[in-house]
Order: sequence, then structure tokens, then C-alpha cells
Amino acid sequence: MRHPILDHACSLTLLLAAGLPLGLPPMTAGAARAEEPAPVKIGFVTFLTGPAAAPFGIPDHYAAELLVDQLNAGQVPVPYNRVGLGGAKIEAKFIDEAGSAADVVTQFRNLVERDRVDVVVGYVSSGNCLAIAPVAEELKELTVLDICGTTRIFEEKPRHYVFRVNPHATMDNVAAAKYVLDKYKDISIYSGINQNYAWGQDSWRDFRLAMKDLDPKATVDKELFPKLFAGEYGAEISTLLTSNAQFIHSSFYDGDLEAFMYQAAARGLPQRIPFVLTAGETSLYRLGPKLPDGAIIGARGPHSFFAHDSTLNTWFQKVYVDRFHDQPVYPSYDFAQSLFGLKAAWEKAQAKKGGSRPTTEEVIAAFEGISFPTSSTTVQMTLGNGHQGITDIAYGTYKFDKAANKPTVVDIVRYPAECVNPPANVDSIAWLEGGMKGAKCD
Amino acid sequence: MGVAVVLTAFAIVTDGLVYAAYLFLVAVGLTLIFGVMKILNVTHGSFYAFGAYGAAIAVGVYFDRGLPAAGGFLLMVLVAMAIGLVLGLILERGLLRLVYGKDEVVVVLVTYAAFLILEDVIQLIWGANSYALYQPLGVVGNVDVGPLVLSGYDIGLVAFAGLLAVAASFALKHTRWGRLLTVVIFDRELAAAFGINVSLVYTITFVIGAMLGALGGATMAPKIAVTLGIGVEVIVLAFAVVAIGGMGSVEGAFLGALIVGECRAAAVHLAPQIELFVIYAVMALVLVLRPQGLFTRAQPRKI
Amino acid sequence: MTLRSLVLGTLVFLLVAAMAPTLPVWLVSLATIALANALVVLGLIILWRAGLVPFGQALFYAVGAYSVALITRYTSLRDVLVLIAAGAVLSCFTAFLAGFLLARYREIFFAMLSLAMSMILYGVLVKTETLGSTDGFGVEPPTYIGYAPQGRMHLLMLFWLVLAFCAVAALLVSLYFRSVAGALAVPVRDSEIRLEFLGISVNRLIHLNLVIAGTLAGIGGALAALSIEHVDPNMSYWTTSGGFVFVMVLAGAGSVAAAFVGSFVFELLKSIAYDILPGTWQMFLGAALLLTILFLPEGIGSLFARLRRRRQRQSMSATP
Repeated sequence: MRHPILDHACSLTLLLAAGLPLGLPPMTAGAARAEEPAPVKIGFVTFLTGPAAAPFGIPDHYAAELLVDQLNAGQVPVPYNRVGLGGAKIEAKFIDEAGSAADVVTQFRNLVERDRVDVVVGYVSSGNCLAIAPVAEELKELTVLDICGTTRIFEEKPRHYVFRVNPHATMDNVAAAKYVLDKYKDISIYSGINQNYAWGQDSWRDFRLAMKDLDPKATVDKELFPKLFAGEYGAEISTLLTSNAQFIHSSFYDGDLEAFMYQAAARGLPQRIPFVLTAGETSLYRLGPKLPDGAIIGARGPHSFFAHDSTLNTWFQKVYVDRFHDQPVYPSYDFAQSLFGLKAAWEKAQAKKGGSRPTTEEVIAAFEGISFPTSSTTVQMTLGNGHQGITDIAYGTYKFDKAANKPTVVDIVRYPAECVNPPANVDSIAWLEGGMKGAKCD
Repeated sequence: MGVAVVLTAFAIVTDGLVYAAYLFLVAVGLTLIFGVMKILNVTHGSFYAFGAYGAAIAVGVYFDRGLPAAGGFLLMVLVAMAIGLVLGLILERGLLRLVYGKDEVVVVLVTYAAFLILEDVIQLIWGANSYALYQPLGVVGNVDVGPLVLSGYDIGLVAFAGLLAVAASFALKHTRWGRLLTVVIFDRELAAAFGINVSLVYTITFVIGAMLGALGGATMAPKIAVTLGIGVEVIVLAFAVVAIGGMGSVEGAFLGALIVGECRAAAVHLAPQIELFVIYAVMALVLVLRPQGLFTRAQPRKI
Repeated sequence: MTLRSLVLGTLVFLLVAAMAPTLPVWLVSLATIALANALVVLGLIILWRAGLVPFGQALFYAVGAYSVALITRYTSLRDVLVLIAAGAVLSCFTAFLAGFLLARYREIFFAMLSLAMSMILYGVLVKTETLGSTDGFGVEPPTYIGYAPQGRMHLLMLFWLVLAFCAVAALLVSLYFRSVAGALAVPVRDSEIRLEFLGISVNRLIHLNLVIAGTLAGIGGALAALSIEHVDPNMSYWTTSGGFVFVMVLAGAGSVAAAFVGSFVFELLKSIAYDILPGTWQMFLGAALLLTILFLPEGIGSLFARLRRRRQRQSMSATP
């Protein structure tokens, strides 16, 4: 006779039991041969689903996959030509960053305690970076935060196990202000449209502070904050059309930026008033001729159009395009940069130890304050007691090359790292409010 | 100075109308489904998204071939109807039919589960990249009012929404099927007692609602970046408009959309700080004054 | 019957508490969050029995969480009972105020109005840049009557604390269901007018249920804040409310224990989904929910109910 209770109880038990095998350390793919060092397990966390996948998650994922494969094959140019990290191959595990803060923290704990990864690299959202950092410290897990822009990570508390190679968002807006003031002399009024969440609010705050330092007489006409992923910007465009700003600042990126530009360009707004797009580079390939010439474009660092010429850069672009048939955008460059930093620190620690695998503490000691080349530029870990990197940055003006049918950026101006980043041990907001004292801009 | 005020006022009115058209197009399908079947259909967001993706791809190809513009707009509508028909049928016959009669919350959760699944289906079919359908915007041109530039497409959307509202209202009151739907909205049991095939009415309503949802997505596609997650944002907006307007009332959805649209436009121009709250504040206010929404028939109390 | 389930329940809680130090650490953290959320679901079940499903419980959850977070940020108070009490009191008060308006609504309007309230709080939090806007801010670890645990003990203490709260809540809610006020929930769902004719104020009853559910949600939020060590406005967003309703339907309205089991199963399912289907975990969860609804339409709680009925039948057939 059927026992439905037993059936259900069985399935429930099975379900619960399914959770337990996950607690055992997973089998390493392929038993390591005697001479080959044990692999390094890295957990990569980025947005694999949801609206942040297209602008950040996919480029991050591509860059990570690409680099892991190339590193494991030893195909990366000098000085990163050693296999994996110091000869040990990298075993990658990808986790989606989507979900609530509770989900993100739970998944981080799973990565560290259940899957026993050696390093965690990733995180795009500033909120997630802030939630993860204390947990990384608690679990003593080496974590390299990727692209989140908030300055709060190292300014609120000192961190030992957390690093961030990519600069925070302050330099984006300081450089933007410098560029727009160099290009358009005599600015007296400007407006801004930024997304109504921390990234947009922080970007606008930093930009306003920088403008006040560089051009005290300039005033703000309209400051708009549409909802993130609002999609429909009719009212905002009307407001900007009837304002008398001389330029418009925006930290919009990807989907929102494209939707806004399609609607705005259709109504003649960017043709009339130039835009300063601090994260505009992500959308240039898709916007193409739809974005009018003259927009000021940033890439949150010297990436893609702005990358310094180097063997690493040429190599990176080539293998990326060959594999994914798509141009790498700044999130890909940033992710690659994070991995290069980890590798540089790891191998420095290993060399110091005479060739044997470094411990987490040894890698941390090597990572602090290190300086290393990447496919974009050179990174120096000078802020946050050696845990936060700074680089130079570049801005340019958009021009669509009709003959070649592709987007280009002209009138590129570079700003050295110490010109647009606060000095060590100075909080970003305090630095901006204090007139950017200590900046070295020659 | 006076010119600037008049201009701003005019901008607020027009912007409000455009946003109202957007809300109405998104909400009208939902209010029908909700009025007839008493289901808060979370999958409505998926209909919207599918409609947008379908239009972005099909109509994009059409315009790229340089074919006449009028055909492009017709194709937009046809693609939406086709998508709505297929999706609506699959969902209603395949899934909802299994849970009719269960607790309302359970049915809502079924639609929520379907929505989650469809979100990933979209990613599996079309990937995580965003698609653009900007051609229709350029084709229609602009209207200049001083420094203010009105997009022809936006004006077209407002006209379309208005026509749709009139057509839906007329259909509900004066066609045979419309009257059947109205009866079922009013009292399901009574309708069945009078011999109306309620099950068939359900299927047809759901499919029409799905088509309207997809149409909302298709008509909005030229203005937005069609990417993952566009369905999520739309769900709450549609629910709010339906709650404001009253269950099953097309006029209510229209009026509700207008009120929210104008309030939001005013907020963006005059007090951008509160733009985020506007739709919820309006909804709360309307519900306080009229607890069943703007347009509901008086329900007799049943003992 | 009641004594039996009381003994059984106590034994289960004690067993789980004893097992905790032996379980893998990640499972303990996961269970902590699951149990904190289970309290919110318990409140939802109370309301569901009365035929009401709010889509804005996130409001009270967020109030509880932010109370704890604000106290640890701006004062030096760290005692865990003080923190939870603050969360409970503030969310209770919020539910009390909100109830005056909410109790007058039913069905979708009840759901949408509660959603509107939680979204207004969301908007306020997003606008508040001093609290980090959408990035939120961190919560300092609590002390337990002076004791400040380190490392692993910190996780275990929190787990035991949450477990204790759940045990007490389970007991109180079970008693409530057996009380007159609790039993009246079912007639509210079925026929309000008859209750009114009997002289009972339905609105007051619903108001009471709202306050209980709101307080439970606030405690759940406070515990969640301590567990995640971070709060952000998303805790007040409608998708958070939706997640709780999701678990409520998974659990079913039939039994108190189901809220805890259902919540734990959900968190476990989510972790499995993230682990093995990183790109399609939403689909997995949607499918799991669908299957539960189709094959276990009364939720996981119905399993317990069936066990109970089976035992009742056996005991009845045993009598000569």
C-alpha cells in the first residue's frame, strides 16, 4: 500500500541530504600529478543575471574566463608569463552576484567555508562590497574587490584581507571637471542627471565638489535623479531642454544611458547641450552614430580607447576580440587589472619565499603598496594603507568615424594618478571639500 | 519670466501625458485580467519584456531593410499580438487552469513562479546583451515648441493610448464579448449561473491581457534599451495603476495613469526630490479616499 | 495533542541547538538567516489565515533591521537583547500606526497599500545619503550580556539566539492560534459580515493581527541585520516582501513548524541553485515553487497536518 507520507518524507530527506555533500570539499578536476603544484581556487563573483549583467557581468565573466585560460596556458606576455599563479593553475568558480545583501553574504560564506576557495575576486555593486568586506575580515579570506566605486571601503575602517586594485570613483569626477573646464572656458551654469542611488548620488556629489574647487563661480541649474533602470526619461529631457545649462553631467551607464540617449537625441538635446558621461565608454559601441559628436567620454580609468600602448594591451585586445568577437569595455579591463594585481603580489610573495607557495599572510604583505603594470596602465597600491590602488585617468571627446563606421575618441587628455586621487591617509570627501590640497598635477 | 513659467507648465502637461500613455499601455492588460479573473498576474512583466524583445528584433530587421515605415509600425503591433497569443495560451491553458479555484495568493505565486522562469528563458534565448530599436524614433520626426522639442513618437504614443482606451471601453460596453466580460467582472457566480462559459471567457481574457501586455512592451521598445530586468520595473507600476483605477476598469486605468503621469511630471520639473515617491503617494491617497479604487461598481454585501 | 506537540517541538529545538557546533559553519550561517526570515513568514501565516496577504511586510522587517543598525552606529549600546527589543518595539509601533489605515482594506487593496507604505520607506532610505543611500551601512557585532564572542563562537551564539527567539515565537503563536482571537481569524476570511453581526469588530481583529505580524517581522529583521551585519534600503523593497510571501506559500498556512522548515528549505534550495546553476538559478527557484504548488498545494505544512490526521485516525481506530 502506498505511503505518501513516507514518499514525501523521503524526498525531503533527500533534499536536505543534498545540501550536505556540498559541504565536502569538491574534487579537484583531474588529480594533480606529482610535480604539478596544487591548483589555486579562485571564486569569481559578478552579475551573471539581471540588468547589471550586460554592462558589467558579461564583460567581467569574459575577462575572467579569458585570463584564467591564458594564464593557465602560460600565454600571457611578460611579466605575467608564468603559468597560473606562480606555476599553480587557477581553478575558477563563478557565482552570481544578483540577489539581496543576505544572499550575497551567504554565497560569500559558501565560497569560503563550503567550497574552500583560496581567493575571492569580484563584486560590482558598492553595497555588496561594503557588506562583504567585514565578512572577508572575519573569515580571514583574501578578497580582491573589483569595480565597485565607493570610497567607503577603506575610509570607514582599515582592512587587512580586503584589497581593491581598481581606483574608486573620486578620480572619475575630478578628471571630468578638469576636462570640461579646459575644453569650455567660462562655464557658469551646468546641470546633472544621475541615477537615484548611491552611485549616481556619490558621482554627482564628487562632481559638484570638484567643480566648486576648480570653478567657484559655476552654479547648478537642474539636478535630476531618475530611478535606476527607469527607462522612460521624457520628463527629464523636457526639463533639460528648457534649462539653460552649458553642459550636463551624467554617470549613467549602459542600458539607462542608451535609453536616455535614444530619447534625448531624438529630441535634439545632446546636439544642443554637450554631455559629460563619466561612464560613457560602456555604451559607445552600441550607440554608435546615435550619440552626437562632442560628448565628453570617460572610462573610469585609462581603458580601451584610453589605454597606454603596451604589449599587454595589444595582446589583451587581440585575444579578447578573437575569442568573443566583441571589443573589451572598461569592466573587462578592470577585471583583468584585478587579476594582474593578484598575480603580481602572489608571485612576489612566492619569490621572497624561495619558490614555495605563499600563505595568505605572505601574499597580503607582498600586495600592500605594490606597483605593477596592467593592460591599461600602471597601478600603485598607495591608498588605504596599501590596500587601495590608484591609476591615472583619461578623458576624451566623442567622434563617430563615419568612413570606418566605428566610434572613436579624440582630444584625449591624461591626468596623472596623484592629480585626481586623494593623497594617502586623506578621506576623499574631505580632500574635495578642502580644495584638493596635495594634488600633484604637473 | 512669464514665458518660462508657461513653457514649464506646458512641458509638465505634455510630459505627464507621455508618461500616462506609457502607464496605461502597460496597465490596461493587467486590469482586464484582474477584473475578470481576480488574478494579480505577475507574469504581466514577462509579457511586456517578451513584447519588447520581439519588437526590437523583428522590427529592427524590418527597418534595416529599408521597408516603408507604416509597415514597420504595423509589424510592431502584429508581433506583439502574436507573442501575447502564444504566451497567453501556453500559460493559461498549461498552467493557470491547474490552479483555478485555489487560494488567490497561491495563484499569484504561480504567476510569480512563471515570471521567474520566463526571466531566465529570456536570457537563454536572447542572452544578457541589450537590444535597441531606435529607428521608429527617427522616422517620425519632432515638433518644436520654442526650446522644447516634442518627439513625434511620443505624440503618437499618446494618441495610440487614447485610441486604445476608447476602443477597449467601447468593446466592453457595446460588443457581445465585451458585455460577457463585464458580467463576469461584476459577478462570476451569477454569470456562470446564467450559462456563460466562464472558462472560455477566462482563456480569452487572459490572452487579450497578454497581447496588451506584449503590445505595451513593443510600443515602448523604441524608447528604451531592451535588456534583462525590464519586466520587473513594470510590474509594480502596472499594479499601482490598477489599484488606483479599480479592478477591471479601463476608464479607471486611464484616469489613474493620467493622475500619476501628471503628478510625476510635475515632480520632475519642480521637485525632483520626491519623484521616487509620487506613484506610491498617489496610490496611498486614492486608496484612502476611495478604498476600492477610482471606478468600482458598488458591490452588494453578501451574507 | 497539544502537550505532545509541545514536547516534540521542544525536543526538536534542543536537538538542533545541540547539533549546531558539529555542523559546517556555512550551514549554521545559512540556517541563522533562514530562521530569522521564518519569523517574518510566521507573521504572514497569521495574516493569511485571516484571508489577508500584505505585500509590504518588508516595511516592518526594515524598521527592525535599521533600528538595530542605527543603534550600533550612533550609540555604544551593544547588548543583543536591548537591540532586539528596540527593533521589536519600533516595528510594533509602526505596525500599530499603519494598522489604523491598513485594517480597513481587503484583498488587493490591502496588499497594494502595504506595498506602497514599504516603498515609501524605501524611497526615504534611498534619499538619505548620510545612511549610505542604496549602499546601506554596517552593523557592529553585539554582545551577549557582557560576553563578546570571537570567531566561530560569534556565529554559534547568534544561531542559538535566533533559535531561542524562534522557539518562543512558535510557542506563543501556537497558543495564539488556540486562543479565541486566533481562532476568529478563519471566520474573518470566510465571512466578515457574520462576525460583525456577532458584535465583533473585524477591523480591530485585523489590526491586532497586523501588530503581531509586524512585530514578528521586526524581530526577524533585527536578527537578520545582526546576522548579515549590513542593512540597506533593499530590505524595504517590494521584492523582499515577495520573497517572504513566496516562503509563506511554500510553507502553507497549516502549521507553525512549517514556517521554519519552509524557510530553511528555501534558503537551502537557493544555495543549491546558486552553486550548480549560476546563470539560471531564478528558473530553478520558480520551477521549485511551481512544483510545490502543484503537488503540495497546501505547502510543506500539509505534510505535518497529514501526519497528525493519520495519528488521530490510528488512535481513533485503536479504541474498542
